[in-house]
Amino acid sequence: MTAAIPRNGHDGGHEHGAPYQPVFVGARRQELDELFTKYPTKMACLLPALWIVQDERGWVSEEAMAEVADVLELTPAYVKGVVTFYTMYNQHPVGKYLIQVCTTSPCNVCGAENVVGAFLQQTGCGELGVTSADGKYTVIEVECLGACGFATPVMINEGFVESVTPEKVPQILAGLD
Amino acid sequence: MATTAQPTAPSTPKMVTLTIEGRQVTVPEGTSILEAGKRAGILIPHYCYHPGLPVAGVCRMCLVEVEKAPKLAPSCATAAADGQVVHVHSEKARAAREGVLEMLLINHPLDCPICDQAGECELQDYTYQEGPKELHLKDPKRFHPAEDFGGDILYVTNRCILCTRCVRFMDDVAHDTVLNVEERGDRAVIGVFEGKEVTNPWAGNIVDLCPVGALLSKDFLNKARAWEIDRAPSICPGCSQGCNIMLETRDNAVVRLQPRPNDEVNKYFMCDHGRLDYRWIDRTDRVQFPLVRDGQSLVATDWDPAIAAASKAIAGKRIFVAASPNLSNESLFLLSELMRAGNGTGAFTVPTGPEAPLPGVEDLSLRADRAANGRGAETLGFRRSANPLDGMNDGDALIIADCELDGIAPEQLARTGSVVVIGTTFPQIARMASAVLPTANFAEDEGTFTNLRGRVQRFTQARPAPGVARPMWWVLSDLLTATGRTDATFFLASDVFAALGKSHPAFAGMTYDSLGLRGAIMAGAEGAR
Amino acid sequence: MGYPNPVSPQETPVLSQYFGNQETISLDGWRKVGGYAALQKALGMTPAEIVDVVKASGLRGRGGAGFPTGVKWSFMKPGDGRPHYLCCNADESEPGTFKDREIMRWTPHALVEGCAIGSYAIGAETCYIYIRGEFTEPLLRVRQAIKEAYDAGILGANAMGTGKRIDIIVHKGAGAYICGEETALMNSIEGRRGNPRIKPPFPAVSGLFAQPTTINNVETLAAVPHIINRGADWYKSMCLSNPKSTGSKLFSVCGNIARPGNYEVVLGFSFKEFLYDLCGGPPKGRSFKAVIPGGISVPIQTMEEAEATKMDYEGFIEQGSMLGSGGVIVFDDQQSMVKQIARAARFFAHESCAQCTQCREGTAWTTRILERIRDGEGTAEDLDTLLLIADNMTGKTICVLSDSCATPVVSGIKKFRSEFEALIKKTTFHPVTAAVA
Repeated sequence: MTAAIPRNGHDGGHEHGAPYQPVFVGARRQELDELFTKYPTKMACLLPALWIVQDERGWVSEEAMAEVADVLELTPAYVKGVVTFYTMYNQHPVGKYLIQVCTTSPCNVCGAENVVGAFLQQTGCGELGVTSADGKYTVIEVECLGACGFATPVMINEGFVESVTPEKVPQILAGLD
Repeated sequence: MATTAQPTAPSTPKMVTLTIEGRQVTVPEGTSILEAGKRAGILIPHYCYHPGLPVAGVCRMCLVEVEKAPKLAPSCATAAADGQVVHVHSEKARAAREGVLEMLLINHPLDCPICDQAGECELQDYTYQEGPKELHLKDPKRFHPAEDFGGDILYVTNRCILCTRCVRFMDDVAHDTVLNVEERGDRAVIGVFEGKEVTNPWAGNIVDLCPVGALLSKDFLNKARAWEIDRAPSICPGCSQGCNIMLETRDNAVVRLQPRPNDEVNKYFMCDHGRLDYRWIDRTDRVQFPLVRDGQSLVATDWDPAIAAASKAIAGKRIFVAASPNLSNESLFLLSELMRAGNGTGAFTVPTGPEAPLPGVEDLSLRADRAANGRGAETLGFRRSANPLDGMNDGDALIIADCELDGIAPEQLARTGSVVVIGTTFPQIARMASAVLPTANFAEDEGTFTNLRGRVQRFTQARPAPGVARPMWWVLSDLLTATGRTDATFFLASDVFAALGKSHPAFAGMTYDSLGLRGAIMAGAEGAR
Repeated sequence: MGYPNPVSPQETPVLSQYFGNQETISLDGWRKVGGYAALQKALGMTPAEIVDVVKASGLRGRGGAGFPTGVKWSFMKPGDGRPHYLCCNADESEPGTFKDREIMRWTPHALVEGCAIGSYAIGAETCYIYIRGEFTEPLLRVRQAIKEAYDAGILGANAMGTGKRIDIIVHKGAGAYICGEETALMNSIEGRRGNPRIKPPFPAVSGLFAQPTTINNVETLAAVPHIINRGADWYKSMCLSNPKSTGSKLFSVCGNIARPGNYEVVLGFSFKEFLYDLCGGPPKGRSFKAVIPGGISVPIQTMEEAEATKMDYEGFIEQGSMLGSGGVIVFDDQQSMVKQIARAARFFAHESCAQCTQCREGTAWTTRILERIRDGEGTAEDLDTLLLIADNMTGKTICVLSDSCATPVVSGIKKFRSEFEALIKKTTFHPVTAAVA
């Protein structure tokens, strides 16, 4: 059976409950103020502001969307519409290491799917998009990472690893803390 | 050859002439091909385009063939040009639109038997007209559960064709961006932010705008089929804006109000307060038969004795009229004639509420004055007051003209000389009345209201009045005749209106024909031409 | 150089000369090899002069559209009193293409210099470099290079002491292939969903923040300093075939091939020599079956077509495809074309922005049918349905993502029909017989 084309939220576990702490305070607020000088509208600061949230928290919660909307004078619905468009903003908490394997055609013909299989097996995740029981890993497939000549490229959080083969997977995983 | 410099003429738009489906049409430069088509009497199929919204050009339904252009043109987003030759129904254009329809239908559920939109659905309409005869889909359709968007709005996700009219309305017209598009590709849906649902006072318009049955009114849900509905052009009585509406009934019960376009008043929209407040039109505590006093009680009788009794009750006394600001100009005119004949005065009370402008449209708002014809009442000599009996003297013949007399204590009526009720209901406070004459409400009558800008607009009859209730102007005409007037016998509302025009300069020269379905500004009002 | 492979003698390393060189990443290192001389020179010319030089060079957009760069720059009306913008498209998401990342991570100052010259030439004081969010290293390097340039007074209110303002800001993308489309890129900078816009209006009239804007690819802008330094004639002279295709081009080579990497050759180069000689031919024990020469959006070529191609804009068109972004994806005899075309369709379905009906529904529908065929559940009508869908998806939408999804389907069914039919008739796929047939 063919798999549905994935939604962008990396559907996974949910961790809501603790009271929300604002992101844009102190140094982060200064970063935001700096952004305002780089763009003629507050709306144009939206993608960079969301990156600040993700850098700080690892994901963009609905409360964070509301906070971003507030500081940029947008509506929460508008912010959510933008967040759900772009795949790199995690809408749910992910494992400590978000392992993103490219499987688009150029890497596909170089065995990318085997790399995915190796990661799934050796992280204990077993399934795409599901965080491992120890909370350490989430493995997802992503589209072309723009490193096709270095097949298979893999992103781990913001880190970029080139030329991954199934054989190299244990070493890569060992190298993360 | 030298020419003297001419002063530049006041700017008139440059006109362009193009041919659409063999018809020549001339339009101002900048007009889209789609709008030019309308002028030529040709409707190019479309979904996402709406004249009240910014152009999106996303549905791709309006594709037409333009000679000498390499690709089909989206007619809503392509400017008409001089000498253009456009084919709407060429093979290529039809094939393209058939393709769009097939793509829309592959995931669209076959919900017609249970969908409110059936019969007034643009997907049905264009599919009948030029859709595919069969679908090539052999795979399962995608599924989403329906969602409650809050307020009166239900979103049936499966049916959505992502035209984004609703998103653009809330953003650009209502200036309240509560709707978005979420996700990408075929996972895209319209969304709200949890906790910030759609409660905007103009949100109901997105149900009208939705070409299919994706956005539905919970109020209207499963109430009537589009083909069972009778429609009458009318005016919303909810406030003094005077939005043009269609009053819709099923088996003579009001089931829905929808906005009717009027560029000068409400564009394409109406507010939720007016839209959803129609149940009173079908209230069951109506007076259905004329009543006259017989000792301690009131007995039902025929019209002639009732008119006679009423006439006797008011004869020889000063007349005071407690009027409703929701009466038509025609009725108010004849009331004012009665009033003058009786050397009397009249007053009206207008309930008020908070204003709610629609920011994207000039001069459109839910107005503080929550009545249809306060301006008409003022123009025709009634005093606006917080006290419905403001100006009444002891011993007056009180005519209660469809007024509920809120806030009046019974003792105040004790000082009247007589009481006659002419209206749709019989307020308890007036139970000492000598006569009760039942009248039609605005849904059962024809007439005009004057909005806050002095625009006189027609409303038409949607259904018959209950029992033997008659239009108020007819009843007043009979009463006036009974008082001895020889020039007050009116059989048609238009005749009353003509008499009004002769009597009041503000209405001079107006006829029902000249008002049409757009209305006209009273002479002397700002905006009068 | 065929980085990460050693430079082969047939290459013409202009942009790739310093790939792999750690020294030229920094400002000092870049200056040592003559960096910023071009900007200095350009700031002493008039914008119109610069535009003329670029026009004369024949430089064409290297992002995929191949539009003459000088002509594009000339659309920006000087002295209109409105702020002009230059956007550098570093979104590089076209599968098969990985050249801009190399330019940015090895020679970030080349890009900064090119953007500065480009900004000045079109009357822009502000340039946004839109770098896709996944490009961790290029983001780091380019941001660092910009900081160095500001610190050295190359950028800022008084660029190189000329009193002219040049500001360059990096805007980080967040995962959307469609943001490589120029109008979607502008929407993304503005803080919107990356939806392409209807044209007209064109960016030069109303673009970023509704102001006149030019969008250029990284490789295009990186070529500009060289043209300023060495002249239009020099660039124009780099031409092996059609005179309308001048200069050198980075071709990103990937897939089933001995030496994948970025190769820089003069336009008009022989594709056969390129594939078998420079890039080392097929992997050991395999043979080539098909190649997509310009990124996944261009038609698939049979090896017969590829081996007859001259590598320029016109040459690829003559042999049934397009130069596109120059992303060369090679498939060997072990690959199932059906599987790969299905995977390509899935890519497009994932990336569709959802505005246009045919793209939103068509990409997903195409994917479902192809995956069914791949899994042996295809029916006889499916191929006709695929072609019908592809026809509806071509030439009828706001942008060409829709057309791009249709392209591999149409060219795949046309040139490799037997593979599709084999799966539909549920016969086993014999790679050897399919290659011979």
